[in-house]
Amino acid sequence: MDSGIKSRIFDMILNVIVFFSVLVCLIPMLYVASVSLSSNSAILSRRVYIWPVELTFDSYRVVFADKTMIRSLLFTVVLTLVFTAMSMMMTILMAYPLSKKGLKGRNFFLLMVVITMYFSGGMIPDYILIKNLGLLNKVGALIFPGLISAFNMIVLKTFFSNLPESLEESALIDGANYLTILVRIVLPLSLPVLATLSLFYAVGRWNYFMDSLLYITDSKLYPIQLKLYQIVYNNMQPEISAIEGSIASNLLPESLKAASVMFCTIPILLVYPWLQKHFVQGIMIGSIKG
Amino acid sequence: MRRNYLLYLFLVLPVAYFFIFKYVPMYGVTIAFKDYNMFLGIWKSPWNNFATFKEIFSMKEFFRAVKNTFFLNTLDLVAGFPAPIILAIILSELRNQTYKRISQTILYLPHFLSWIVIGSLTIQLFSAQSGLVNTLIEKLGFEPIPFLTEKTPWIITYTLSGVWQSAGWNAIIYLAAIAGINPELYEAATVDGAGRLRRIWHITLPCIKTTIIILLILNVGRIAQIGFDRPYAMGNYLVTDVSDVISTFVYRVGLRSGRFSTATAVGFFQSVVGMVFLITANYIAEKLGEQGIW
Repeated sequence: MDSGIKSRIFDMILNVIVFFSVLVCLIPMLYVASVSLSSNSAILSRRVYIWPVELTFDSYRVVFADKTMIRSLLFTVVLTLVFTAMSMMMTILMAYPLSKKGLKGRNFFLLMVVITMYFSGGMIPDYILIKNLGLLNKVGALIFPGLISAFNMIVLKTFFSNLPESLEESALIDGANYLTILVRIVLPLSLPVLATLSLFYAVGRWNYFMDSLLYITDSKLYPIQLKLYQIVYNNMQPEISAIEGSIASNLLPESLKAASVMFCTIPILLVYPWLQKHFVQGIMIGSIKG
Repeated sequence: MRRNYLLYLFLVLPVAYFFIFKYVPMYGVTIAFKDYNMFLGIWKSPWNNFATFKEIFSMKEFFRAVKNTFFLNTLDLVAGFPAPIILAIILSELRNQTYKRISQTILYLPHFLSWIVIGSLTIQLFSAQSGLVNTLIEKLGFEPIPFLTEKTPWIITYTLSGVWQSAGWNAIIYLAAIAGINPELYEAATVDGAGRLRRIWHITLPCIKTTIIILLILNVGRIAQIGFDRPYAMGNYLVTDVSDVISTFVYRVGLRSGRFSTATAVGFFQSVVGMVFLITANYIAEKLGEQGIW
């Protein structure tokens, strides 16, 4: 490789561009984190950049004292886990039979899925359906409509059909049924792709906002995104006791909102570095399918 | 053959899911052609002879929403499509692998934030009274820019939020394409005396051309479609003129004002136009994918 002076300057320019891009990614979060940790006077006199000025944890004291906030967070954690488990079960149940090329009616079922990738009823027919099913203000409204992603299902189907057939054939000859084969042979061979798809479902559920805005008006069932929306966009006040209330009344809305944003983002930031690898694998699996 | 019954048993629940949650709403689209009455239900509501469509085609707000949808999506394409390609080329040229890996991890991160979080970050960062960006602009002696409350600045903020959210993540696919290029090509070019810029221009870009073109076609295919979370989280009533897109319009007309038939007709219009774009684009992309490009 060349190591001339030109090449070194080139390297330097590239490093600077990448460093700048990384900063652009981080600064919004650093800034909001700093606002959440800075004193009122520092925020008002606009002395806060990307580190806290006159460090204080008051805004977090208020956010953590707000039981509805904690409840939303816990609810969203449980919702995400339940949704992901159910989605994966349904996706596997569909992908496995459809990966069998000899299955009668396979093309019909596949067509049925592919059509939904091109055409959908839309927001209002979906809403009427949920209403008619009696799911308004029920957890089910946040779980059932999105259970199977056609894209994820097809990715998994393609993966299953690329597994060597010989493994299953010998098990079939030994008298095993398809359930045994699926659980004992196919799934253990598919753990990486299963992990990836679970993560896609989980992150999608965690971040999705529209369905809760449409279907949920009972604040006990607010997922964290809807809760955050109410705080930041509709200036919803925290529900807290008198003691924290006195702290809260002295706080700027900015720092309270900033702390709420951090409260909703930190869970993602905590798990993200460990999960990132699986996502990158996942996008590759998807793109091979094309 | 007899053993296949288990496979069909597996399919029962998923097929029921698709029937109830995907195909029943497709039937529900018929309310766009009816005077929907909640108490009569979809089936018994009377047909209205395309009155709903005549209504929406006479609504100024409908055309505004269609125009905004295409306009914002086009800007997304113009700004958001090249960004990941450039980023991927730059990242692939980095020599320090640790630096590259850490940068990638951080650059993918915005993709995992919800639009409500990104919208909140945007408000805090760009607000005219207290946002960091305007603090800096004023420190430099300029007038603050109303990023969120005036049309043109808002459009720019919206477009950049898309680049910010997805450029890193969308670079992955190009990085993979670049990683698949035969290294001998680069070695041969080096022997011939090509500098690094020339190698990017004459080897990297031609080698990932197919990927670029197919992704471009697929992206153009989605130009009539728009999600709800992003325009809803980024928009506000001061910029409705440019921020109201089909999805937010459907929400407002349908669920806020309760005009279900009208809103469904708007959604149906979008679905059909979107489907035409999508099918055409997928068809072309598939053809190109089979033949290779030029």
